[in-house]
Amino acid sequence: MKAAVIVFPGSNRERDLARALRLATGASPTMLWHAETALPAGTDLVCLPGGFSYGDYLRCGAIAARLPIMAAVRAHGEGGGLVLGICNGFQILCEAGLLPGVLVRNRGLAFLCRDVHLKVERSDTPFTRAYNAGDVIRVPVAHGEGNYTADAETLARLESEGRVLFRYVDPSGARDERANVNGAANAIAGVLNARGNVLGMMPHPENAIEPGHGSTDGLGLFRSLADALEAVT
Amino acid sequence: MIPNDTPITPELIAEHGLKPDEYQRLVDLIGRTPTLTELGIVSAMWNEHCSYKSSRIHLRTLPTKAPWVIQGPGENAGVIDIGDGDAVVFKMESHNHPSYIEPYQGAATGVGGILRDVFTMGARPIAMLNALRFGAPGHPKTRHLVSGVVHGIGGYGNAFGVPTVGGEVNFHHAYDGNCLVNAMAVGLARSDAIFYAKATAPGLPIVYLGSKTGRDGIHGATMASAEFGEGTEEKRPTVQVGDPFAEKLLLEACLEIMAADCVIAIQDMGAAGLTCSAVEMGAKGDLGVEIDLDAVPCREADMTPYEMMLSESQERMLMVLRPEKETEAAAIFRKYGLDFAVVGRTTDTLRFVVRFRGEVYADLPIKELGDEAPVYDRPWRRKERARIVIPRHVPAPASLGAALKTLIACPDLASRRWVWEQYDHVILGNTVQKPGGDAAVVRVHDGSKALALTCDVTPRYCEADPIMGGRQAVAEAWRNLTAVGATPLAITDNLNFGSPERPEIMGQLVGAIKGIAEACRALDFPVVSGNVSLYNETNGRAILPTPAIGGVGVIPDWTRMATLAFTAEGEEIVLIGATVGWLGQSLYLREIEGREDGAPPPIDLIAEKRNGDFVRALIRNGRVTACHDCSDGGLLVAVAEMAMASGIGARLDAEPRGQPAHAAWFGEDQGRYVVTAPREAAEAILDEARAMAVPAARLGTTGGAELTLSGEEPILVRELKDLHEGWLPAFMAGEL
Repeated sequence: MKAAVIVFPGSNRERDLARALRLATGASPTMLWHAETALPAGTDLVCLPGGFSYGDYLRCGAIAARLPIMAAVRAHGEGGGLVLGICNGFQILCEAGLLPGVLVRNRGLAFLCRDVHLKVERSDTPFTRAYNAGDVIRVPVAHGEGNYTADAETLARLESEGRVLFRYVDPSGARDERANVNGAANAIAGVLNARGNVLGMMPHPENAIEPGHGSTDGLGLFRSLADALEAVT
Repeated sequence: MIPNDTPITPELIAEHGLKPDEYQRLVDLIGRTPTLTELGIVSAMWNEHCSYKSSRIHLRTLPTKAPWVIQGPGENAGVIDIGDGDAVVFKMESHNHPSYIEPYQGAATGVGGILRDVFTMGARPIAMLNALRFGAPGHPKTRHLVSGVVHGIGGYGNAFGVPTVGGEVNFHHAYDGNCLVNAMAVGLARSDAIFYAKATAPGLPIVYLGSKTGRDGIHGATMASAEFGEGTEEKRPTVQVGDPFAEKLLLEACLEIMAADCVIAIQDMGAAGLTCSAVEMGAKGDLGVEIDLDAVPCREADMTPYEMMLSESQERMLMVLRPEKETEAAAIFRKYGLDFAVVGRTTDTLRFVVRFRGEVYADLPIKELGDEAPVYDRPWRRKERARIVIPRHVPAPASLGAALKTLIACPDLASRRWVWEQYDHVILGNTVQKPGGDAAVVRVHDGSKALALTCDVTPRYCEADPIMGGRQAVAEAWRNLTAVGATPLAITDNLNFGSPERPEIMGQLVGAIKGIAEACRALDFPVVSGNVSLYNETNGRAILPTPAIGGVGVIPDWTRMATLAFTAEGEEIVLIGATVGWLGQSLYLREIEGREDGAPPPIDLIAEKRNGDFVRALIRNGRVTACHDCSDGGLLVAVAEMAMASGIGARLDAEPRGQPAHAAWFGEDQGRYVVTAPREAAEAILDEARAMAVPAARLGTTGGAELTLSGEEPILVRELKDLHEGWLPAFMAGEL
């Protein structure tokens, strides 16, 4: 499997993401500086890491979404290649139009870093095949603008097409507004594109992969990707 | 001839914070009236913040050496060796005055400044901590300041991408007019690749890197060297504005040019900006420096030499590059989109010369500006000893349980979760002990080695007895590191006091330094960096003396570290250390009796070391299942914290004897730890302690959902936790 992590100016979780990929696949991803215009040949998976690209001084992800490298990411996604955006990466994917909706300020108006519980809604995707549908996993969030929102029609479509992959729930797996840490519509923590090969999510599975993190539940996502790509090649 | 179109009047001199004798010293040095630019430069270099003129002779008494110390005080940050070719670079610094005036930017740039100090030395920052003090919760400014400071710290640290893993927050009316924001940064470097500020040879180009220079922060250091009075808010323009995005780029660019071996000397532009960084580079290397202001990248048009020299615009660096590597370095700067320019060169004249548009605006002797600035031995007065509070003279509470509930929800003991959840404390994936414990633990290079980090001081002890308070601050930091199983290695100190021109305040400073020095010597815990913040007073009212101590320790295998939560039911709870029931200056006295008096608990440094070494060995050998130090609030609060962290209750059937129950449970005797172990292991620990003359006693047994004291109504741990977690969010929501 060949993975590339795009490093934007202001990205800051690229090392965390690289560690998770290394742990799950045994191989280090290519760290691609944003000024490049093409992906390395043979790239299977493109990752957009967390951080504050361009300082988030405009809307989060808005400037990064318009860089030349994003044309290559879009083409990769349109060709069926896998794309994973976490946190700022999710914001960039939304701003670039690869995913519907937008991330606005948390309901509490403050940055929030804490462990949350997520329900894995489906296991038949390349991102979640190592989980079982309905699994509840514990991973941290660390964001100020992770409140997912979209118009009612889009939300209805996401739900009916099974494109909500992760949802904020309580430890038992039940929907509870108190567990919806940022106030996201339908408690959405992660969504897929229509084709199912592009995932954006706010929580950080890459920070829950080793016993020292207090949870290893996030590793399943990276194992899933390794498995899925193994199966293809 | 130096142009001198602004008359230097006594008023102008006073506005620059220079005393008449200091001005005379300047005139004597240069043999003429200074220019306005020179006056600005000298005021920036000779103010308290940059020169340490009131504290320097006392700071010299601090122990700064140990075999593992690579660099002690005097550089951007201290450096210690942790083996395997790794070095830890760390320092704590205050941003008190700006944070009071403009809390968000004041705190944010405090974080930015201390991060730069660490990566300037070649280290990648791996953790941040902060020590915050605010006024009484009821003061009208307190909520605004807490909110702004916490947002500012988070806003900068989260975007920069370093985990904020620990710290402390206190409330006291003595900080009503002066909040304290002390930020500590910790970085990791290779021990053979540490970078310094000292320029090494004349004729080398000096390169400016980073953000452009603007008009923000002019005279920031001078502002921070004066007390507040009426019209403090008008000083807002002296506060700088932070740009964590630029800082992140600066970090990556600096580490990349260092790795490419391009750098001879490097200094960040912090307090007093270009002036201070350029002077230090030259003075430390016994060289002169010439600055050409025409080359300085400016954000605004028509900036004067005075403004450029005194701007405290953030995210800027000054460096001397290897001449043969300039092209390579320039390519790296361009990759990160950073401004850079050659703005001067080193000379062999020992003069600091500033040129602009073909004219000389300053020509000053560099050594006297820098490392030979004025030093004062200010008069000081020792405070009278406070009397000892006799435990049986303090009334017993209606019930111990009710007192416990009050204490664990009081402003100084309530949970700080509301604060640390606004800080990204998990980024970089190495935080293996999160905020809320005795010390944060951060893994090194994904391996088994880890650093333990803490910030500590108990200002009310320092106010009552500066020497004992200074000792206690160091001892508590040492104890917190020990309580997670770390070997304490070194500290950084951030000495926050009122005006040194008042003998009683100077007496606090002298006393605290004496206490710190004694504890550092006894515990083999040297000071490797630090910062002094004086003039923390408003209209003649000073803060409590607050010598914050940032401690760093190392754990060989973090999988064997201790945490404070009970881990199982049916285990024995054992207290290590002696209890006499010391209520003087205790939180019990303040929160239950409404008194803030008495002598603080004494620190027996021999017992401190003996007890700590004993506990550390237990942890290292895997013989205890939980460990927590006893500090604010005393023994019962410590046990309650272990219960709340786990949800497991405890039956306390063997309280310490020989003093009234409330003194035993709430006294703040020092040098104590609470540990848990299965029954047989606990008995072995008690036997061993007896044999080694370490005071130890069984307190009770873990289990159930309640905390039960003999003769008392049981208290649900859940209820305690709700009270403990409830206060700060409710206060910040304006519900209290």
